[in-house]
Amino acid sequence: MHNLIPLPLPLFHVWAYLETQPLLGLSATLCVWEAAVFIDEWARHKAFTNPTVLSILILATLLLATGTSYKTYFNGAVYIHFLLGPATVALAVPMYANWAAIRKNFIAIFVSLSAGSIVAASSAMLIAHAMGAPRTVVVSLGPKSVTTPIAMGISQNLGGQPSLTAVFVMMTGMFGTLVCTGVFRLARVKDWRAQGLAAGTAAHGLATSRMLLLNQTAGAFGGLAIGLNGIVTSVVVPVLVSVFGL
Amino acid sequence: MPRALTILLLCQLAGTILQQGTGLPIPGPVLGLVMLLGYLLKTGGPAPHLRDTAQGLLKYLGLLFVPAGVGVVTELQELRQNIIAISVAIFVSTLLGLMVTGVLMSWFLRKQTNA
Repeated sequence: MHNLIPLPLPLFHVWAYLETQPLLGLSATLCVWEAAVFIDEWARHKAFTNPTVLSILILATLLLATGTSYKTYFNGAVYIHFLLGPATVALAVPMYANWAAIRKNFIAIFVSLSAGSIVAASSAMLIAHAMGAPRTVVVSLGPKSVTTPIAMGISQNLGGQPSLTAVFVMMTGMFGTLVCTGVFRLARVKDWRAQGLAAGTAAHGLATSRMLLLNQTAGAFGGLAIGLNGIVTSVVVPVLVSVFGL
Repeated sequence: MPRALTILLLCQLAGTILQQGTGLPIPGPVLGLVMLLGYLLKTGGPAPHLRDTAQGLLKYLGLLFVPAGVGVVTELQELRQNIIAISVAIFVSTLLGLMVTGVLMSWFLRKQTNA
């Protein structure tokens, strides 16, 4: 390992030992997360101080600066990563809580959500393909509107790169959060239910948490859009990939 | 808590077995989500322990995708080479997605109140 700062010999031995253990990656992730949450609260929850985005930036910088490989880091971080699976399943609980609202407007919700989902996924893939991006990048872009654990699963199944997808999901969420209220004003979307549904469909949890700050109903519809779009996108993106011949 | 985790993991396991067995392109955990939703609808809602554990996990969902996101360090070259295509694709598709869903949904809701 080529550290930027040369370590004294005993410390080097400690470092070399820790690099083989999961403890380092695990505690680094948790410490950085706590720091990021603190910064986000201090900056009053701006779109660009999202704790997930901040933590990824800080940890990536740390890895590059210390010359630590991602594999070494992931050796410990995998214990956190594993919880994504059960957390995805757990999305059924808030979906159940919103079931009355889903059932009441089922056709409206299903049609609007599917249309937005198909338009977003196909335009993203077609634009990137037309601009000469390789297949891995194009396929990894397909599920970028849905919540990260689901997006990564879809990407992996289609031969995309899950970590690229995770980055695209974040970019989409940050951009969606920044522009959603402006878009709704321009397109004259006034109903909170429509705003929440659109935010959750196009830009998952990041935009939904922004809507939640504005209105409870919008937040609830955003929440149900996250889960529902996860299911719709899982079905739609593989179909789009084969229709477009990607 | 252990019982709730067992339920969540069993749903994920069943979903993964179904996915691997049938070759469906839908991720195993998503199939698990659908199964759990079906179970909740049939039994009339989550027991308190399941609801609390689910809420606890989802509260820290942001933390759970940090390790995968850090994987960006292995993709820096791919990102740098395609940064313009990626940015344009994300900007345009997110704007379109927000508009299509928002406009359609408000049209449906207006029609409903007028009817």
